[in-house]
Order: sequence, then C-alpha cells, then structure tokens
Amino acid sequence: MKSAVVVFPGSNREGDVMRALRSAGSQVEKVWHAETDLPAGTDLVVLPGGFSYGDYLRCGAIAGRATVMDAVRAHAARGGLVLGICNGFQILCESGLLPGILMRNANLKFICHRQFLRVERNDTAFTRAYAKGQAIDVCVAHGEGNYTADGETLKRLEGEGLVAFRYSDASGQVTADANRNGSMNSIAGIYSDKLNVLGMMPHPENLIEDLVGGTDGRGLFESLVSSFATAA
Amino acid sequence: MIRNDVAITPELVKEHGLKPDEYDRFVKLIGRTPTITELGIVSAMWNEHCSYKSSRLHLRGLPTSAPWVIQGPGENAGVIDIGDGLACIFKMESHNHPSFIEPYQGATTGVGGILRDVFTMGARPIAALNFLRFGEPDHSKTRHLVSGVVAGIGGYGNSFGVPTVGGSVGFHPRYNGNILVNAMAVGLARTDEIFYAAATGVGNPIVYLGSKTGRDGIHGATMASAEFDDASEEKRPTVQVGDPFAEKLLLEACLELMKSGAVIAIQDMGAAGLTCSAVEMGAKGNLGVELDLDKVPTREEGMTAYEMMLSESQERMLMVLKPGMEKDAEAIFRKWGLDFAIIGKTTDTLRFVVKHQGEVMADLPIKELGDEAPIYDRPHLANTHQPVIAPDSVKPPVSHGEALLKLVGSPDQCSKRWVWEQYDHLILGNTVQMPGGDAAVVRVEDGPKGLAMTTDVTPRYCEADPVEGGKQAVAEAWRNITAVGGLPLAITDNLNFGNPERPEVMGQFVGCLRGISEACRALDFPVVSGNVSLYNETNGQGILPTPAIGGVGVLDDVTVNASVAFKREEDALILIGETRGWLGQSIYLRDVCGREEGAPPPVDLAAERRNGDFVRQLIRSGQVDTVHDLSDGGLALALAEMAMAGRTGAIVTSAPETMPLHAFLFGEDQARYLLAVRPDDAADILYEANAVGIPAMVLGVTGGDSLILPGREAISIEKLKAAHESWLPDYMAGKA
Repeated sequence: MKSAVVVFPGSNREGDVMRALRSAGSQVEKVWHAETDLPAGTDLVVLPGGFSYGDYLRCGAIAGRATVMDAVRAHAARGGLVLGICNGFQILCESGLLPGILMRNANLKFICHRQFLRVERNDTAFTRAYAKGQAIDVCVAHGEGNYTADGETLKRLEGEGLVAFRYSDASGQVTADANRNGSMNSIAGIYSDKLNVLGMMPHPENLIEDLVGGTDGRGLFESLVSSFATAA
Repeated sequence: MIRNDVAITPELVKEHGLKPDEYDRFVKLIGRTPTITELGIVSAMWNEHCSYKSSRLHLRGLPTSAPWVIQGPGENAGVIDIGDGLACIFKMESHNHPSFIEPYQGATTGVGGILRDVFTMGARPIAALNFLRFGEPDHSKTRHLVSGVVAGIGGYGNSFGVPTVGGSVGFHPRYNGNILVNAMAVGLARTDEIFYAAATGVGNPIVYLGSKTGRDGIHGATMASAEFDDASEEKRPTVQVGDPFAEKLLLEACLELMKSGAVIAIQDMGAAGLTCSAVEMGAKGNLGVELDLDKVPTREEGMTAYEMMLSESQERMLMVLKPGMEKDAEAIFRKWGLDFAIIGKTTDTLRFVVKHQGEVMADLPIKELGDEAPIYDRPHLANTHQPVIAPDSVKPPVSHGEALLKLVGSPDQCSKRWVWEQYDHLILGNTVQMPGGDAAVVRVEDGPKGLAMTTDVTPRYCEADPVEGGKQAVAEAWRNITAVGGLPLAITDNLNFGNPERPEVMGQFVGCLRGISEACRALDFPVVSGNVSLYNETNGQGILPTPAIGGVGVLDDVTVNASVAFKREEDALILIGETRGWLGQSIYLRDVCGREEGAPPPVDLAAERRNGDFVRQLIRSGQVDTVHDLSDGGLALALAEMAMAGRTGAIVTSAPETMPLHAFLFGEDQARYLLAVRPDDAADILYEANAVGIPAMVLGVTGGDSLILPGREAISIEKLKAAHESWLPDYMAGKA
C-alpha cells in the first residue's frame, strides 16, 4: 500500500502517523500542501494531526481550502481512501468531505488523555482488524473535538451506520463520563457515505507499541494495509 | 526624519533603569553623550536580565564541565553527548514577571523563548517541562493565574508540537505577588551538526528571519530587572504576544536551512531582541556588526530605530549566512511563508553600528557592551540557621491515616492531572513515562536510548538553609532521574530570587549556589545552561529562594526502566537509605501540624551517590521495576502514590522503634528510595545492600485495595484517590 501524508504549515503529528503506517507495512510519502497532484499510485491519503495555519480563523478552515485538497477531493470521489486524524478530521469537515463540525471541547480546555473508543463496525477498510463493539484504548489531544451536526445529518449518520467510533469506557459502554469533549452521540469518528473517508479525533497512531502505552491503535493501520493486500 | 538627538536627562537615564554610576561608566566608555538609541541599547545590555551583573561573580563557581559536556553555559542552551553521535541540548528559563501581569501570553512566550533557544542550536525539541509556583490558593489572583499560565503553556507547546512531559506545580503565600513560570526545553541533534552564535568572516550577510518586528515587549527585559509595586499591572504593554504557529514554521525553516549548509551562526531574538542577538553574534566572533534598519520587516509604520532595537516581538531569528547562499536560504523561508531580509553585515571594526534612513543612530564598541557591563559583588549576609527539631517534640495532632489523607489532597501534594491534561504529553509517540512519576522518560528517536528529565527544588528548605536547600535541589533531581533508571548527566538551573540589593536575599543566592555547586561536584552533575531571575519581589516582600533545577539523564535501553506504580501483589517493600525521622521543614510539620519551621534535612552527598548508584544498578540489571524516591511527605506519601498509581494496596508491618512512628512515616530524610521487588529477590537485594554498607530494610508487602500502616490503620486506595484527584479540579471550579 502507498500512503500520502499531507503536510500543511502547522501540521505536527505527521511523523507519528508516518511511523504507524510504516510499521504496519505501508510505503509513505509526504505531500506538501501547495502540490496540485498526489503522488502516482497513492492508495491512502492521510491528513495528520496538528494546528494547520495555527488553527487561526477556525480549525481546519484554511487547510480545507489548500491547493492539495482539490486532489484529495478527486481521490475521494474516485473511491480512494482518506484518513483524517484530529486536525485532519477538522480539515475534512471544513473541506466538505465529511459533514458536521468540531466545536470547542465542552470544558473549553485542551485535553490530552488516554481514551477508550467503541468500534461501531468492523466491515470497513479501516477497522477490519478489530471486532465489532470492541473497546480500543487510544488517546486524544485536542481543544476542539466536540462533534456537532444538525439533527438531520446526525439522523442520517446514525441511520446509515456512518459512525465509526464512539467515546466509551473500558468495557465499551458509551457513557456521559467517557464523552469528555461533549460530542453529540459520543461521536469520535465518522465515515463518508461510501465508507472510504474516515475522520476521527483520537490518535490511534500514538498507541502502536507497548513501550509507549499500548498497541490498540495498530489495528487501524493494519486494517488498511491488509485491505490493500486483499484488494490488490 | 526620526530624531535621534533627544536630550539625555538624568530622568531619562533613570527611566532606562540605569544607575547614575552605570550611566557615567557608559559615557566614559564611549567618550561622549549617547544618543537615545544608544541609551536604549545599553539599558538593554546592562540590565540585570541580560548582563547578570549581580550574579555573574557567583555563577563562576559552578562546575560546568565533564567529559560528556559539549557546551556549557554561555550559549543559547547547554549541550551534552548522550552517545551514538547524538547530543541532547537543553535549557530552562523564567518568564515570571510577564506571566504575573498577563498569565496566558507571559507563559506562551516563555515556552516559545526556550524552544527557540534549543532549536537555534540545531536541535529538534523532543520534550518540554516546566516549574510553576503560585501564591496561596486563597489569594484573589491565584485561580486566574493558574488558569492562564497552564492554558498558555499548553497553548504554545501543543500547537508547536512538542510533548510537555513533566513539571512541578506548587503554592505558597510568598509567591502571592510574584509567581514563577520557568519553562524547560529538551532537544536532540547530531553532535556534528550543532550551531553556535559566534559570527565568523568579515562582510558576511546578516539575515533577519521569522515574524515581523512590532512595538511589543519594548523594555521587557528591563521590567524583569526591577521589583514590582502596585502599579506593575500598568506594565502590560511590555508583555509580548506569542504565535506558536509562526514558531513551528520558524523551527522547520531553520532546521531545513541548517541542513542546506548556509548557516554560519545563528542567534534567536529573545530578551532585548535585535540588540542582544546582534551584539552577541559579533562580540562572540570578535567582529563588528553593521545593521541597516530600513531593511527590517516591520509590522507597524513609523517605527524608530530605538523601537526596533528594543522590540521583543517573538519568533524572530538572526543569522550570519555563507556569502552566495542568500538565494537558497530565502527560498526555504519563503516556502514556509516567513520573512527573510538581509539587514546588515559583519565588519572588522569591532563596532556595533546601527543605521536608519541614512543616518547613524548608534555606533558603539561591540565587545565592551557585553564585557564592560557592570559587575557587582553585592553585600550578602551570612545565612541564619533554624534549630533542629527533635522528632519527639512533635506530637501528632491526628491519626497517621488522617494525616496522610490530608496530605494527598493538599494543594502541593495533590494530583496535578488538571494541569498536565491540558498539555499534549503524548505527541511524537515517544513518551515512555508521563507526568506524575519521579522523572519523565522519553525514547530517543526509535530507541534503544531514552532520556529522563525532571524539574525540582524545595523552596522552603532553601529559605531555612540556603546551602542545604541548594544541595537538596540538585540531589532530588539526581534522585528522580536515578529512580527511573537513568544515569544523571547534567542540569540547567533557573535561579529565582528576590531583590539582590537586599543583603539577606543576596545571602540566600550565594548560599544556594554554594550548595548547588557542592552537590553538582559530588554527583558529577554539571550545570550546562541556566537563567537567573532576580527582583521577584513586590512591595518589599520577596519570594522564597527558588533555584529550580532541571535535570537530564540517559537510559541506554529505554525499555529497562522503573516507575512508581505497584505492579504486582505480594511484592516486598524495601526501603533504601537511612531514616532518622527528620521532621524539620517537613510537609507533615507544615500542613498537618501548622508549623513551617526548623532546619531542613541535611543532605549527605556521599550517601546520595552510594544509594542512588545501587538503586540504578538494580533497575538496569532488570531486578527492580518499581521505585519511588522519597521526598515531600516522606515514606507515607511515597507509599500512597505508588499504591494509587498501581491501584494496588500495601501493608507496612515493620517500623523501627528508635523513633516515633509519625517521624518514620512522614520524616523527609534524604537519599532514600522505596522499592517494590519480587519476593524471591528481596533477600538478595538486602544482602547486596548490606555488603556495600547501604541501609536497607523490608517494610511489608504489596496487595489488597488499601494501604495499611503500622498499627493496622487502613486507608482504602479509593479514598486516597478521591482526595488526591479532587482538590485541584474542585479548586479551579471554585468549589475548594
């Protein structure tokens, strides 16, 4: 599998996700935001975490309109895979690739902590290495992770099974306490209609080794690599 | 045309913070009356913050070398060799005065400044730490300051993309009028790719990089060189505003430029901005510098030479480039959307010449601006000593369990989760030990090495006995690094004191430095960088003497480390080191008995070294993975923290009969560690300790869901945790 990790001014978790992709067996290339094309043969586009353009104006608003995003939208329209993590999720929402928006956390503070997520479905390219309903232990680090959408969008996301992950406790129970940023329906990540675009606030890329806290994040990257092995 | 011929009156000189004799010294040096721009320049160079005029004499006594030290104090940051061709570059710096006036921006620019010091030398920052002290919780400003400072530290570090992995937060009435915000950054570079400030070569281009220059921060360094009074809040305009996004771009652009081979010398524009950076580059390289201010990118119109030379606008760098490489360098900076301007050149005149709109605004001897700054041997009083408090003389006012519960939930000892959850401590994916343990542990790149780092000092010890307190600060940093399995290598010191013109304050400074020096020598733990912050004083009330120590150590194999959490049931608890039950200046005496008094625990540096080397060896050989150093709150607090972290209880069955139980549990004797070891290994470890003359005793075993103290008093972990975790969030929510 060949991954392209887009670097915007202010991206800062590109190295983390590149390490996770490589360790799962993907080839990885960095793509500068001003490029007009993705590298030939790109299977997966990753929009990494960070503070693109300093989060000025609105998180992801400026990056969502960057030159390279036309190529990313075209890639997605062809059915290509796109993964946006944290600021990447915010950029996906701002670029129109995913619905809804990420508001300030309920407590109005940046929060960084370990967080369990419930895997809502395991039949997508991103989650096949997990079990449905499995609680995975990853982490969050954001100030604006409070997923918000209008009632109709929310109904559609729920009705069509487009919620990818929800904040949960260690046993997979979706509780108010586990939803620290105040997201609607405890949503931590969502898919596009065709399930080829995933945006998520938590960081699976930081939980890929026991030495630094655990390996529950590996599954996401292994799912992607293995789905390509089968597809190809 | 901007006039440079404002008449220099005694009032103007005074407003610039120069004493009459200092001004006379300057006039004699240049042989004429200075221009207003020159007066501004010298006030920036000769203030306490930049010239270290009160402290320089005493700093000379610090040990600064060791075989592994590549660069000691005097550069942007200290550099040590950690093996495999890698260097660790680190420094700690204060931003106390601005943070009190404008906590969010004061803290952000403190973090920004220290990160810049580290990447100026070619290092990519891999970790940040801090040391924070606030006034008493009941003081009307404290909540506001905690909230702003913590948000500011997070706001900058999180966006910049460096994990904030450790620190210290405490409260004391003596910080009511002057909080402490000390930020530390740790970076990584290859030993053959380190960059320095000294310019070389005549006629080489001097380049301005980064953000534009505005009117912010003018005289910030001068503010940091004076006491506060009731009108200090009016100094808000001298606080700079940080832009972590610009700094992140500056980092990437600088590192890319350094790789291109275009950089001869580099200096960040920190305190006193363009003045300090340009003078340092020239003076260190034995060269003159000529600047043309018409070329400086400015944010505002009509800025005068005076304003440009004294602006402390953030996220700016000065470089000397290899001639002919200007175009390549400019392309890199334009790519990152940053300003790039050739604003001057190096000369062979040894003069610092500043031109603006075709006129010479300043023409000063460059070496003398630094070298001839006043240096004072300020009068200092001998330290007074407090009586030793006999353990028997302290009667426990409450049961030991109640005392422990009170301590774990006290402002100083409670969990600081509310703070460090606002810091991204996981970015880069190398955080092996997070905040909350003895020292943070961060993997170096893909391993196998790791770095251990910590910030420490016990200000109440320094107040009671500056020499012992200074020693203790270094010893505790050394111990914290040892307790995770690290080999302590070097420190950065951030010396926060009151007004040095008061002999008792100067006495504290001199005493603490003596203690720090002694400990650094005995522990082979040299000082490689640092910062002095004086005049932390408001309306005549100074802070507790607070020489914060930032320590760094190396783990050859980061997978072999120890942490505080109990990991198994039925592990044997082993106490290493001698316990005499020292209650003087203990947290128990202060927070349980209401007495902040007595002589602090003496520090036996030979015992520190012996005990620490022994514990480290146990960790490195893989025998021991659960260690906590004993400090504030003594044995009892260490037990509670280990139990809470591991969600496993313990029962303490033995205690010596030679001292009262509360002195054994809460005494703060130094050079001690608590270990939890597999039961089969306990006998061997005791035997080994005995063989080398190290006091060691088995106290009990781990297990259960309570901590059971001698006398069978049990406190559930749940109860401990509730007290430990609730104080700070409740306080910040206005509930405590």
